[in-house]
Amino acid sequence: MSKVNLQRLGETVFQSSDRVSAELLALTYGSTVKQLLVDYEEPDEVNKQLDQMGYNIGIRLIEDVIANSKIYTISSFVDSAEIVAKVAFKMYLGVVANTVDWNSDKTEFSLQFDDNPLTEFTELPDRYSDLWYANILCGIIRGAYEMVQMKVECKYTKCVLRGDDTNEIRIVLREMLLERPPLDDE
Amino acid sequence: MPYLKSFFVVNKAGGLIFHRSFSSDPPLRQNDYLHLASTFHGMQLMVNEVSPTKGIDGVGAIEFMETSDFVLRSFYTATKVQFFVTGSPKAEKLAEFLKEAHLLYADYIMKNPFYEMDMPIKCELWDIHLRALVDKYNRTNNT
Repeated sequence: MSKVNLQRLGETVFQSSDRVSAELLALTYGSTVKQLLVDYEEPDEVNKQLDQMGYNIGIRLIEDVIANSKIYTISSFVDSAEIVAKVAFKMYLGVVANTVDWNSDKTEFSLQFDDNPLTEFTELPDRYSDLWYANILCGIIRGAYEMVQMKVECKYTKCVLRGDDTNEIRIVLREMLLERPPLDDE
Repeated sequence: MPYLKSFFVVNKAGGLIFHRSFSSDPPLRQNDYLHLASTFHGMQLMVNEVSPTKGIDGVGAIEFMETSDFVLRSFYTATKVQFFVTGSPKAEKLAEFLKEAHLLYADYIMKNPFYEMDMPIKCELWDIHLRALVDKYNRTNNT
């Protein structure tokens, strides 16, 4: 499916689905992050926890993406990138991302998005400058990819809360998980 | 009058995680259902291996089977969870039924935080909605 069609599809699914207020989402997420900072103290550790929480969401959410978008085929990593950017981001965050900076092997790209409803009211204090506030997104993407048999690494590289001009997540395809019978299956 | 007979959900390892019979046919023993599901899963893997082309959903799998006693329609999701349903001969729109069941699965199974992934499904909300979907199917396809 072309980029334009995917964008239209994302829009349609977004329009037809139930939504909660962005304020409720932002505040719920904010208090979660705050509590994690209280519990784990180190921003690095919180980044890890957010990633793990996201992973647990992602492995479940993927089924919702498939069922609601009715995209039953994910033929390649390149295709999948556009689905994440144009359909999934729109469905759950109401924003559309762009896929940029592909490497020559087409196994790495960056997701770029200017607006992030999770960070709308947030200012990052200096003592938490190592925190990737919306790191949960990385976990979600990683978990979702894993369920469709692609092992990816996912890292925040730019965040507007840190003074960057945009938000950017780097996604690297590590391996295609193929179902193979174990070698000593006798 | 066409009607639905049985509905199965099989996880990616070939384990039966959900089964319901809707017809008055005499039921099998629980173990037989497990065998049936894992046999079908094994067949799917083989078909996928030998299939020269991949279907519209990217896997070369059995999508439809017809016998004199029943028809079977199967739906393989990209996450390798498999749904299949059997109906009386001439039962139509089984693919649509499976897509709707998949939506319910995404809602009432995957979004239930207490459901453990890949484990047998014991969720009341899913049961209720699935039952309603089956009733709706039997109603709309019987007139």
